[in-house]
This record gives sequence, structure tokens and C-alpha cells, in this order.
Amino acid sequence: MNNAVEAQGLVKRYGSTTALGGIDLEVPTGTVIGVLGPNGAGKTTAVRILTTLTDPDEGHATVAGFDVGTHGHEVRRRIGLAAQDATVDPLLTGRENLVMLGELHQLRRRDAVARAAELLDAFSLGDAADRRTSGYSGGMRRRLDLAATLVGRPEVLFLDEPTTGLDPRGRSELWTVIDTLVGTGTTVMLTTQYLEEAERLADDIILIDHGRIIARGDARKLKRQVGGDQVSVVVVEPAHLAEATRIIASITGSEPNVDAGARSVTAPTTLGVETLVLAAKEFTEAQIAVDDMSLRQPTLDEVFLTLTGSTADDAEESK
Amino acid sequence: MTALTIPEQTVTSGGPQASRGMLHDMWVIARRGLVHMKRQPEALSDATIQPIMFVLLFAYVFGGAIDVPGEGNYREFLMGGIFAQTIVFTAFGVAMSLAHDRKNQAVDRFRALPIARGAVLGGHAIANLFKALLPIVLMSLCGLAIGWRIHDGLVHAALGYLLLIGFAFAMIWVGVLLGSVVATPEGVQGIAFAIMFPITFMASTFVPTESMPPFLRTVADWNPVTTLANSARELFGNPTTAAGPNDPWSIAHPITYSIIWIVAIIAVCAPLAVRAYQRSVAK
Repeated sequence: MNNAVEAQGLVKRYGSTTALGGIDLEVPTGTVIGVLGPNGAGKTTAVRILTTLTDPDEGHATVAGFDVGTHGHEVRRRIGLAAQDATVDPLLTGRENLVMLGELHQLRRRDAVARAAELLDAFSLGDAADRRTSGYSGGMRRRLDLAATLVGRPEVLFLDEPTTGLDPRGRSELWTVIDTLVGTGTTVMLTTQYLEEAERLADDIILIDHGRIIARGDARKLKRQVGGDQVSVVVVEPAHLAEATRIIASITGSEPNVDAGARSVTAPTTLGVETLVLAAKEFTEAQIAVDDMSLRQPTLDEVFLTLTGSTADDAEESK
Repeated sequence: MTALTIPEQTVTSGGPQASRGMLHDMWVIARRGLVHMKRQPEALSDATIQPIMFVLLFAYVFGGAIDVPGEGNYREFLMGGIFAQTIVFTAFGVAMSLAHDRKNQAVDRFRALPIARGAVLGGHAIANLFKALLPIVLMSLCGLAIGWRIHDGLVHAALGYLLLIGFAFAMIWVGVLLGSVVATPEGVQGIAFAIMFPITFMASTFVPTESMPPFLRTVADWNPVTTLANSARELFGNPTTAAGPNDPWSIAHPITYSIIWIVAIIAVCAPLAVRAYQRSVAK
């Protein structure tokens, strides 16, 4: 089996809303795929179909070699799912949660108890193991939730927005955990709204918007799709912004982004370092004082902007 | 958290385990339900405090003003009614647990596990059947304390309890249906108050139906809550309505009529409930 997840033409509609408009996926075994998109893009719907929680209206998919529609039970024996909100049982202790899930993964009670202890230790929850999870912090709940997905030793892990709602520290902690999981060869499909997170964790990224895949590839390839590097100039005097914009536009041949508050002008360029040489010359001739001038790779935010016409954040706010 | 290291064997896939069967899965989920009840005593109030409160309120506050058929003692008449009312409320507890499961996304977690089909509903049913036993025991003790007695022998009394438990089992499916159609715990609570509460009052629960105006009396006479209460009274040897020549068939044969309702509720509600549940979770 070369692909842990394969899907062709997945379509899902809710009433008149099309949550997924025909999605194809191939996730090679042992890799991490990051599904990146704003709220409502269809990420969760895709995960729900692949984890047998809902049937697609069209298309079909296999996970760990089994068809999700016809062999759902076989799929469920081989996957772990961490849903969007950590779904640990608040009235049970951390240990009881894991033992129960172990038993439901068909382990003997003795084995389930041993497995729970092993996972609690591995996820640094040993001290809190016998407290009810309602008293856990958000980060602890997420860690328990991740531990819970591993109880059945899954071949394919689905993590639906695993760090949403965590503070930056909790997020970086969880990234370390996910890194470790990935290092051991488990196939992981993770959804996220955070561009940084997809770049950090995933081998391959799928950009999804309004139920359709709008781009795929590794972070480097996606960034190239935007059209090369970004040149950015910060002027000292706000009065010079218009002139600076004209200069950058004439050098790059593209429409610059102007941020009046930051006094910055940004535009994509295909000229590389030559852009900076030309710009330095023109600004000197025009006697415009410059605070900063730089050439850099585009961020994934800019990729999103270019491909969808809105940033990931905008799309989320407009919801 | 400092550099978290997860040992390789903790993660690597060991291949799926063989299934241990539906009863095993149901029991694991039922055990969770029982732990929930133990740790959330406030959610048990409909099965503990409420029936005892009704026993005491009606026995001491209204009891003196209500005439009992024959020469009976109102407290003895009352117990059958409150048994019946409490059993009907079993539906409410099931619906609440299902609604909470959905709200906490526990439903999805279970559905992504390799468990037998129907194990989640079965587990809830078992847990709630245990929950239904609790008020029966508590109220029996409370009743004994205020003067209620079993007069008709242990066999009849056992049949009485069995009938109550059978009705509780039927009400569990009403609860599954309710919990599947109504999405939130708040909605379940609203329906319980708007529909189930009046139904349990339009019956011989607290007063004999003879005292009701004709239309209401007809409704009450055919209300299975009436016949369940009257069956319990009859089987426990407590004062009950003696069927007159003009009384409907339901009043003349309360036990048979109640059993017909149990069978009918299960036959109609269980398939509907399972389908409604499956539709409600598969979104």
C-alpha cells in the first residue's frame, strides 16, 4: 500500500451549501499532509468523510487500504481521530478516559490499563492521571486527546485543527508532540487555519477554500506559485509613499501593496537581487529616505491572498 | 512541558485487535454512563429528590383534601402514581445523556471507534435502566416510612416492579427519539416540561380520574400513565379505582392495557429512535 489515504471526487452538500465540491487526495504512507484553509473551507467535512463519520454525496475514498463507504469498520480499526474540540470526557479522569477508549479499541481491560499508563507517562500527564479532565488546562486536554488517538496504535491519524484555541506556548508544545508522532512513521492528516503550522509540520500542503483544492505542494512550491520573491520598502516620510509606489511598480511591473500605517510598499518581483539594486538607485536619485529595503520569500498568507483574492484571516472574519 | 519524548513502541502500529463483541462494547459505554451519574448528582435529581419531594408534598400538603376510592389511605394510593410518573421520566434522562454526548462531541469519538453498531445506544439504555431502579428503591423506602405497605404478597409485588421496569425500558426508546430529534440539552428540558409533565398529571397519578370533568376524564382513563399507576396499585394491594360497568376497557384491564403500551412503544419508537439517532449523528 503506497497511499494511506486516497480520495477521488469527494462531494458533500448540506442543503444548498456545498461543503466539498469535488476533492481528490493522495497521502503517501508515512507522510504528513497539512490541509490548510479558513473556517468553513471544508476541512472538517473532508476529515469526517475519511473517518467514516459521514458519507460523501459523490466520490469515494480509501483509508489504510479499505473503502470508507463499504468497509467502515475496518477503517475505524486502523485510524485515530482528534476532533476539532478536544472531546475527552470531562467527568472521567485522564486515566479512565484512556482505559475506556482502549477497551473500545477491543483491548483486554488489563492491556487497556497498561496502555493508558504508558501513554499518560509519554504525554507528561502522569501527575494529573487520576484527576477529572474538567480540571485540565486547554493544553493538557489537547495532549490527552492526542494520547487518546494513539490508544489503538493507528496506522493513520487525523488531527482536526489540533492547536486551535491554544496559546503560543501550548501550540509549540503540541507541535513537539506531533513531531514525535510523525518521526515514528505514522501517516498523519492534519487540518489547520495556521499557515505557519502547516509549514512547520507537514511534508505536503493542500490549500482548500470553499470546498475546493486551490493549490497543493510543499511550502516552497506554493510560494513559487505567487510569482517569486517579495520586495518591500519602508520610507521615512509618509509623503513619499506615492512616489515610492510608482518606483516599485515601474521596476517590478506589478501592482504594489501599500500599507500607509507601516509606510511600506510591497510587491512581487521576478528580478531577484537586481530589484534591490535598481530600487536603491532610483530612491537615491529621487532623494527619498528609506528605513528598510528587503527581498524575501512570500509568506503563505500572501500565497493565500494571491490564489483566493482574500487572506485567510479575512475569509474567516467574513464568515 | 520539557522535551517530550514518546518511546517508539508507544506509537508504532501493532495491528488492530479482534472484536470482543457487542455486549462488551455496550457494557463499557454503560459503565461510563453510570460513572457520569455518580459524579453528577444534580443530574440525578429527577430520579432521586424529585420523586421523594412529590411523595412528601402530596402525602402531607394535598393528601388530606383528596378522596381515595373505597376507604383507602391516600398515601397508599399516591405511591402507585408517583412510581408511574417517575418511570415515565426515564425518557428524560436518556434524552439528556444523548444531548450532552452530542454537545460534547462524544458521539463522534465513539463513532470513529471500531465498536459494534448500536453499542452506544445500547450502553445508554443499560445505564438508564440502572438509573430507573434507583428511584424505585428510594421511593419504596420513602413510602414504607410514611405508611405505604405491600398487601398482596411478594409475587404480585415482584410483578408490579417488573411491570414498572418494563415500562422504563419502553420509555428509554422514547428518550432516544427525543434526544435525537431535539438537538440540545436545553431543548430536551423544555419538551419535558411542556409535554411530559402535563401527560403525567392528566392521569390518576395524584387523584382518582372520577373527580375530573368528562372530557379530561376520558383522556386520563386512556392515558397509560393512569393504567400503569393503577396496575402498580393493584399488584401492591393498594387502594385503586374499582372498575365500574361504564368504565372503559383500559380501566377494567390496567395491567393488560399497560403491557400493550409497553409493546407498542417499543415496536414503534425503537426503530424510529434508532433511525432518528443515526440520522442525527451522521451529519
